[in-house]
Amino acid sequence: MSHAVVGKPLPKVDAFDKVTGRARYTDDLKLPRMLAGKILRSPRPHARIVRIDPAPALALPGVRAVLTGRDLPIRYGILPVSQDEHALALEKVCYAGEPVAAVAADDVETAERALGLIEVEYEDLPPVMSPAEALAEGAPQIHEDGKPGNVHRVAALEFGDVEAGFAAADHVREDLFYFGGNTHAAMEEHAVLASWDEARLTVWSSTQVPHYLQRALSRVLELPPSRIRVVVPTLGGGFGAKSDPFPHELVAGKLAIVTGRPVKITLSREEVFYCHRGRHPVQMRVRTGFTRDGLITAMDFDSVLDGGAFGSFGAASTLYTGALQTTTYRVPAYRFKGLRVFTNKPPCGPKRGHGTPQPRFALECHLDKVAEELGLDPVELRRRNLVEPFSKTVNHLRITSCGLAECVERVVEASGFERKHGRLPRGRGVGFAVSAYISGAGLPIYANEMPQSEVQVKVDRGGGVTVYSMATDIGQGSSSVLRTFTAEILGLEPEDVAVVTADTDLTPIDLGSYSSRVTFMAGNAAVAAAERMRDLVLGAVAEERGLQRDRLVLRGGRVFEEGEPEGGLSWQEAVEVASAARGPLVAAGGYKPPELAGPFKGSGVGPSPAYSFTAAVVELSCDPETGEIEPEEVWIAHDIGRSVNPLLVEGQIEGSVYMALGEALMEEHAFRDGVHRGPSLVDYKTLTTLEMPPVHSIIVETIDPEGPFGAKEVGQGALLPVIPAVANALADAVGVRIDEVPITPDKVMKALRELERGGPGRVGPKEIPQFEFREPVRVEPPEGPGPWTGPVRA
Amino acid sequence: MTASLLLALLVNGERRELAVPAHRTLLEVLREDLDLTGTKHGCELGECGACTVLLDGEPHLACLTLAADAEGREVRTVEGLADGSSLHPLQSAFMELGAAQCGYCTPGMLLSGAALLERNPSPTLEETKEALSGNLCRCTGYVKILDAVALAAERMREGEQ
Amino acid sequence: MINLPVFEYARPRTLEEACALLAEGGASVVAGGTDLLPNMKRRQVEPRLLVSLRGLSDLSELREQDGGLAVGAGVTLAALASHPAVCEGYPALARAAELVSSPQIRSAATVGGNLCVDTRCTYYDLSESWRQSIGFCLKLGADTCRLASGGDRCWAVSSSDLAPVAVAYDARVRLVSAAGERVVDCFDLYRDDGAAYLGLAPGEILTELLLPPPAGLRVTYRKVRRRGSIDFPILGVAAGVRLDDDGRCTDARLVLGAVASAPRRVRQAEEALEGSRLEPEAIEAAADAATLVARPMDNSDLTPGYRKRRVRVEVSRAFAELAGSP
Repeated sequence: MSHAVVGKPLPKVDAFDKVTGRARYTDDLKLPRMLAGKILRSPRPHARIVRIDPAPALALPGVRAVLTGRDLPIRYGILPVSQDEHALALEKVCYAGEPVAAVAADDVETAERALGLIEVEYEDLPPVMSPAEALAEGAPQIHEDGKPGNVHRVAALEFGDVEAGFAAADHVREDLFYFGGNTHAAMEEHAVLASWDEARLTVWSSTQVPHYLQRALSRVLELPPSRIRVVVPTLGGGFGAKSDPFPHELVAGKLAIVTGRPVKITLSREEVFYCHRGRHPVQMRVRTGFTRDGLITAMDFDSVLDGGAFGSFGAASTLYTGALQTTTYRVPAYRFKGLRVFTNKPPCGPKRGHGTPQPRFALECHLDKVAEELGLDPVELRRRNLVEPFSKTVNHLRITSCGLAECVERVVEASGFERKHGRLPRGRGVGFAVSAYISGAGLPIYANEMPQSEVQVKVDRGGGVTVYSMATDIGQGSSSVLRTFTAEILGLEPEDVAVVTADTDLTPIDLGSYSSRVTFMAGNAAVAAAERMRDLVLGAVAEERGLQRDRLVLRGGRVFEEGEPEGGLSWQEAVEVASAARGPLVAAGGYKPPELAGPFKGSGVGPSPAYSFTAAVVELSCDPETGEIEPEEVWIAHDIGRSVNPLLVEGQIEGSVYMALGEALMEEHAFRDGVHRGPSLVDYKTLTTLEMPPVHSIIVETIDPEGPFGAKEVGQGALLPVIPAVANALADAVGVRIDEVPITPDKVMKALRELERGGPGRVGPKEIPQFEFREPVRVEPPEGPGPWTGPVRA
Repeated sequence: MTASLLLALLVNGERRELAVPAHRTLLEVLREDLDLTGTKHGCELGECGACTVLLDGEPHLACLTLAADAEGREVRTVEGLADGSSLHPLQSAFMELGAAQCGYCTPGMLLSGAALLERNPSPTLEETKEALSGNLCRCTGYVKILDAVALAAERMREGEQ
Repeated sequence: MINLPVFEYARPRTLEEACALLAEGGASVVAGGTDLLPNMKRRQVEPRLLVSLRGLSDLSELREQDGGLAVGAGVTLAALASHPAVCEGYPALARAAELVSSPQIRSAATVGGNLCVDTRCTYYDLSESWRQSIGFCLKLGADTCRLASGGDRCWAVSSSDLAPVAVAYDARVRLVSAAGERVVDCFDLYRDDGAAYLGLAPGEILTELLLPPPAGLRVTYRKVRRRGSIDFPILGVAAGVRLDDDGRCTDARLVLGAVASAPRRVRQAEEALEGSRLEPEAIEAAADAATLVARPMDNSDLTPGYRKRRVRVEVSRAFAELAGSP
């Protein structure tokens, strides 16, 4: 069936506002009597706060309030299992940049001056800057009430009989990898504006998760959620950076309550680097057994995550480093051991791909090495192991639609990979890799049985339709997706549909823009709501006008019996008929994923109602005298179920490729002497227009049975294969293996020099920290695929 | 606080008189005193290009321009890009091709692009990349932005004929 | 938003007036502002008075003089890069200007500003609170260098793209103050001390860059950085030669940027080339000499070892380019 709106390259809902400067981001807001808030941050990576005295700051004219840790003593955190943060450090500081006090003053200059007057006396503790240091005997304990050895989270799982799998293998290969940390660096610096009216608190914030922010505000400020309104103005990029509740948000709320005046806090770029929640540095060991034909017999994967100072999403991140290896290849037996360790650095968290780009980098580089060892073409090795559609993985993940094989073939064909690999002149190479990613997490962050997303549709007497959803458009276009679905179902032009989003007072629940869940979950809820509205209107029209309900369609702004477009009535008339007959024209829909978690602890991470699949080829050149790498061209095929709007889909793919190239080649959250090495956009290198190669996006549609109009995720998955494809292309170009990210010219030259001296030509970890894992929990593989429930809409 | 300077600025063709302290940047004056919040900030240190405005037609960073030094120059911001209700061809092209995702770098990109097309109506891809190389974007990978500049250039050339 | 510290502002109409204001002390000139204003926002400098040079239109002039060029200090890098006389006579200077940071920076930044651009160090170019967290450094606020423990000199890196090229062209600079004016070799403007890297007397303004006639001197400039824009040099190589009719090098220039606190002229390399026909062996000897004197430290991008090795590559390529092109 062809669609009128779905699949069309239409401009986004907010395109006009964004190209005219009319879009209002949080820092663009201004309220009468608004105060400026500023946060004092710890200069020490690890220290006890011996004394803190706000009095001299309070005495400065123009200062309206000063807060310290004692004013906000309740702990919070995004995950229920990790309630380990304070809005302002209470007794000790755990990273340089951690907030310790806050000021509200008449203007920014006064607030700034006041920060300098707050007296803080620290007693330094030795900083712990790496997992190895954190795990070392006698290492200082960062969280005194935490597990010994600064261990945050441990996972040890075994699916099927791994040792038997290795025993059956003809070849076993083991490799070590390291993925350096990096950060989101969304262009908009985080900002918040809070206003208190004696009974209710309103917080406008650049957050991806208004609902979770409302919960954190409620907990820390001890206000019922019903008294807190969170609104997300236009958001200037997230990528996961804005999906934790942050100290500045809690502090602004408190300052607004204390002063009785609106308070705005806008972070500097440096402070944004301290908020972080970016990509975990991960050390990895991967060992795989193969038959001589290249079939995987068993896989063993270990990861050690450098978590930074707090939990954040880390418990989930840890499991994600082990969850999705099995979603691209049939792995009959699989063991995963993961460990997350606290260090005195800004907390790591979820960045585009959350916990999966690191193991994907390791796995795809490892497979290239295996292919070489087996004398197989790297694509052919993968072909022999690809997962099947509608199957279940050994770790109990349900795969539905799967266009991975098509992605592989199309990207290989388009790039000429087989013609180029191993055949280009020295200094030029191609690399290949594949990946899969979730379309939303199967389980919500806090355990509950309620819908993960709800949408309301209201029809105005003038025929206008308004869609209400808490889904937060972070630039990815989720508001446009909701409008597209609604317009399609109601047979209207997109311009007839208004979208109201991300406001806890006005809109029904959506858990937030993270884990690529919005198109799938809010989309399904919107489809449900719009279909109910359609049924409401058509039912009334059929009844009132004596038409056949099952023949009635809504198309082009008219209601008519199929095949008789001249008959029937206009949408406007239909609305009047329905309203007179049925009263208020309001409909709601919701979405909750099917029960997908496997029968073991830790099974909450990995399951998703559907997975996207990707295959990529990167062609690059590398100057063997300087080690400089230039990406030349990228081909990427992405199975996203259904392309709801090709402009948005391509934009997500291109942005993913861009961010992946940055991570592969230059982005690095580096530390030195206990502090961030360069918290600025000139020190933290990202690609400019000049480094960005052409991208050929190939959209593969598999029409997922449970996705809205068959759609799955787009936006994160496409990042994953590009990073290992760069490493694999470099090996093809100059014969060296850089088994760590980022792949910088100095590392390339080091490997090339080693190669010249007859060495292996590799830069990468030689060991990963030793840790005594408990005996893995043995889980039997699932019996057969399924269950298949079809779309689950509430 | 030192005494304010009395400044007369020409912003988007409008003469604006205001009194501001000497240490105010053009960025602060545009956003806070003139409510022209279309001009964004991503670093305030000249490292991202989000605050790009045109001074006498050339792209400048508002965060590194003293408001006082903008006197006597024609300031153009994203709010002044459209001609009345008809959008600048770059704005239309950005809309149509999806070149604005989060939209935060967009005003700066548009102004760098407008300055380019003003002096070079037929830029090559390399010239466009060079002209936009001072504007960081984290969403788009620049692909649709570069496409949009090419489309706008084409339409502007057609419009001239 | 990072705000600027409070200061007073003056926009004099004449150079004399500007000099008089600067003579009072505590004042700083501001032209493009692209170096000074970030430094002020980071509280690296907090002048009492900013003397804007925008009122001095003479400084934005570029004129031919004695067969060479006199470039006003207020000429922007964008203007310099596209000026026909510069592109014709001093293409390496135009190229160096074109390679500075981003288009927006180049439309504001000036010749004088780039020649005087502050030295850089990854222990220094950050906010005041960041510098406080490392106990400040020798360049500002502390008495030891964080880079070299117990170090009593500052190793911040000369980061001007124009300086090595200007030195290679044997340029001079005009310095003016209330006390009078002087003209010095551009090379002598710099000191190999990251903290006091300029030989400017208090109250002195650099007003002009004086380029002698090229007289057959061909110069090239190569810049190393991590990305093609919004980046400072981590190595700059300005190489020049004069060849006689026989193709023999009568005169060579090699000036390295970003390997020390001042542009580093490598006489040994120049000597190795003079008298040669720029044969590969001579170029290799020059590259060896350059590598020997370059001592990059761990206060910039990429590893010092890499940057040192890169000197050899870039010097070789620079002279190979000069050998290959007429």
